[in-house]
Amino acid sequence: MIDWEVVIGLEIHAQLATKSKIFSGSATAYGAPPNTQANLVDLAYPGVLPVLNAEAVRMAVKFGLSIGATVARRSVFARKNYFYPDLPKGYQISQYELPVVKQGKISVMLDDGRVLSIGITRAHLEEDAGKSLHEGLVNASGIDLNRAGTPLLEIVSEPDMRSAKEAVAYMKKIHTLVRYLEICDGNMQEGSFRCDANVSVRPRGRDKFGTRAEIKNLNSFRFVEKAINFEVARQTELLESGGSVVQETRLYDSDKDETRSMRSKEEANDYRYFPDPDLLPVQIDEPYIESVRATLPELPDEKAARFAREYSLSHYDAGVLCASRELGTYFEAVAAASGAAHAKLAANWVMGELSSALNRDGLDIKDTRVLPGQLSGLLARIIDATISGKIAKEVFESMWSEGGSADAIIEAKGLKQITDSGAIEGVIDAVIAANPKQLADYRAGKDKLFGFFVGQVMKATEGKANPAQLNDLLKKKLGA
Amino acid sequence: MTMLHTLSIGELGETLSSGQTSSVELTRHFLARIERLNPALNALITLTAEPALAAAAAADARRAAGEAGSLLGIPLIHKDIFCTDGVRTSCGSRMLDNFIAPYDATVVTRLKAAGAVMLGKANMDEFAMGSSNETSYYGAVKNPWDTTRVPGGSSGGSAAATAARLAPFATGTDTGGSIRQPAALTGVTGVKPTYGRVSRYGMVAFASSLDQAGVFARSAADAAIVLKVMAGFDPKDSTSIDAPVPDYPAALGQPLTGLKIGLLREFFEGLEARNAALIHEALKIYRSLGAQTQEVSLPHLPLSVPTYYVVAPAECSSNLSRFDGVRFGYRCEQPKDLLDLYTRSRGEGFGAEVKRRIMTGTYVLSAGYFDAYYLKAQKVRRLITDDFRAAFTQVDLLIGPTTPTPAFAIGAKIDDPVTMYLNDIYTIGANLAGLPGLSLPCGFVDELPMGLQLIGPHFSEAKLLNAAHSFQQATDWHRRAPRGYE
Repeated sequence: MIDWEVVIGLEIHAQLATKSKIFSGSATAYGAPPNTQANLVDLAYPGVLPVLNAEAVRMAVKFGLSIGATVARRSVFARKNYFYPDLPKGYQISQYELPVVKQGKISVMLDDGRVLSIGITRAHLEEDAGKSLHEGLVNASGIDLNRAGTPLLEIVSEPDMRSAKEAVAYMKKIHTLVRYLEICDGNMQEGSFRCDANVSVRPRGRDKFGTRAEIKNLNSFRFVEKAINFEVARQTELLESGGSVVQETRLYDSDKDETRSMRSKEEANDYRYFPDPDLLPVQIDEPYIESVRATLPELPDEKAARFAREYSLSHYDAGVLCASRELGTYFEAVAAASGAAHAKLAANWVMGELSSALNRDGLDIKDTRVLPGQLSGLLARIIDATISGKIAKEVFESMWSEGGSADAIIEAKGLKQITDSGAIEGVIDAVIAANPKQLADYRAGKDKLFGFFVGQVMKATEGKANPAQLNDLLKKKLGA
Repeated sequence: MTMLHTLSIGELGETLSSGQTSSVELTRHFLARIERLNPALNALITLTAEPALAAAAAADARRAAGEAGSLLGIPLIHKDIFCTDGVRTSCGSRMLDNFIAPYDATVVTRLKAAGAVMLGKANMDEFAMGSSNETSYYGAVKNPWDTTRVPGGSSGGSAAATAARLAPFATGTDTGGSIRQPAALTGVTGVKPTYGRVSRYGMVAFASSLDQAGVFARSAADAAIVLKVMAGFDPKDSTSIDAPVPDYPAALGQPLTGLKIGLLREFFEGLEARNAALIHEALKIYRSLGAQTQEVSLPHLPLSVPTYYVVAPAECSSNLSRFDGVRFGYRCEQPKDLLDLYTRSRGEGFGAEVKRRIMTGTYVLSAGYFDAYYLKAQKVRRLITDDFRAAFTQVDLLIGPTTPTPAFAIGAKIDDPVTMYLNDIYTIGANLAGLPGLSLPCGFVDELPMGLQLIGPHFSEAKLLNAAHSFQQATDWHRRAPRGYE
């Protein structure tokens, strides 16, 4: 049995969040009626010329700085020539030999806590193509050029990943980063963030890479994982049965969960790249780079390290809280209001109740129904023992669905914790009196029955008895 | 006022401002000449008589309201490579025979704003690819000096129209000599400005790194007036240069004392004696005007033609990919599928010379050939540019013939592309180096006009125009009109 090693490199396409297109003044907003956001430049009318959107360059530089890459002092736009109806000029303006960003790296934490360093070969600017539409048309295809000319940053990794999980973790990290930088909205359904995966296998220990297949246009983390796993299985089966992998472009079919060949190397286009004579080389100087550097936000890794340090959180928890800039900001607001001593409580609530409520309702943190002030108000009542953690979950649910402050909900629902020892003692006495058999068994050594008595008291108080007091008092009474 | 067509732009401006004539009258005069004389020349593809008269009336109204302007109410003809809003812009091709441009090129906008009146669109070699105007879908243009001969190309219609006095001036474009060569062959003054001096926006692209718009006029003084309006930075063209535009007309009349003129040795190798004699005559005049002349050598200049015929086709092969039958222009009948749509639309829409260049360009950019052709050509282009730069450390301007021969017969070279390409041997260098060049009439060989070419450093248009103007003050070659067009 050969031990196969998987080798993966990703080419991520991040649509830059500029207001207008990379070489024309048309808007880039998603979802407009076909061809309403395509002007003469986008339609490649005779005589029109491209003019570079400086904002796209600024965003690319921002990305480069965030991964410690070299920002090229001179980069060049090139034409990639091929015919396709959704490519109006018959060439795509991209960067080829001289990209704007070269040689960076990014660290990626896996679920098991391992940290990988993934090399980023380059990131270059290019324009997106339009879309061909086939639905609802008979013997014809429609072309929507709204997307044509939308700026993309193509982020090309080194072949540094060894499993689908690593690839997904890397892609998620880039996804987090571009949203931190506010250079991409990260919307994968709308295609704002997608990737091509280069996948090959080789017997472990061998230096030479195996022949790779490129899986095109994967637009969800789940598809990336499934497509790579399918492809790895396909390639290893092929090699083990004496076949060989051919270099080709493949398409992932999510309905059938398989990849299939689009075109082989022999059929590949000769793109005839050459520098675009309509555009000047992009010259970037040191003051410009520094001005962009000054706009960099605290980056995910920096923020996570700070969280771990300042709030005494585990690296894993800190990493989870920094998965998006907004989540980190949310956590910090709650932690600040609750006091550093209670940061762990704040972290648990943000990662627990809040995150599961968001997930359940399919909401982004931006659209949360419970604001940081509401959550910290709730935590304050846990901290001062007005309510128990269990009751707090009930309050949170109510807050989530109907709004309002923790205090108002506790008041209205009468959820205030019973901390009057006299009152708790009264209930304990009644419970003991009603359960003589259990009392006898407990006293005979059945310690487990302690929980039964706790449960009975909680039931009688509708969960409001202060758990610590209840524990102490019950021990005393049962032992008597 | 029947001699309005003999007046210079400056003189026409005076007759307009003094009220001796109106723009409408002037426009009618030229429209009548076009109607009468153009059928023998085929210099125009589209005549826009009605819009022209409306524009003329508007110019008259502006003048009546107190406005002045050197081109206010002056008629012109645009090369049919410039997009003109609402008017067919064919680029001399079947591919764009049905193309009504939905916008104005920047050159058109600027001239319109100055009040110039477009009479129509000039014939040209298809997509500006040709040196004889024989590749036009609309048929060859005839040289007014001898209608059995070519007017040169690609701006053959603009040149012939200017020479025949069908308009006081015309626009053109020059990628490898397409203004200077036809100007020389038709006995008019043609200016190709510095690359980036005039916006390329709205000019149908042939070879983007070489294309430059310019002007045909009957004198350097007239060309100076027009260039001042055409030139200037355009944010829509990233390769246009943001530098102030000198007042070209005001810069005329400077003495040439001490001007150092370099005689390009390489331009005389193989030049016929009678042609060379004309250039030497011109040099004598320059010396008499106070200029100094010396011989200079640009050793890489003889590589211009092969370099150009790699770079220009490479760019054109990509620039012309947009003509695919999908969004505008010619589309074949009943395409079977996408490939059929592409191959037949392009196969039927483009002519032979355009296809030849697309194929050449595709080849030189192909994997495995790119380094040997395209990259090598770019390196040679750099060497040629460096040669010019070195020459301009010694001299102010370079001088030589514009073409090796006067106008040749229609049909004489069309079947032999290489011989045809060699007709641009003296003009291509300035395009490769992005330099301004000017051709002005300097005499006749076999009763056909010959051109003298001046090439200057980047942005030396004022100096070139002044040198040409000084020559024209001392000679009258530029005043000669072809018989029947006086």
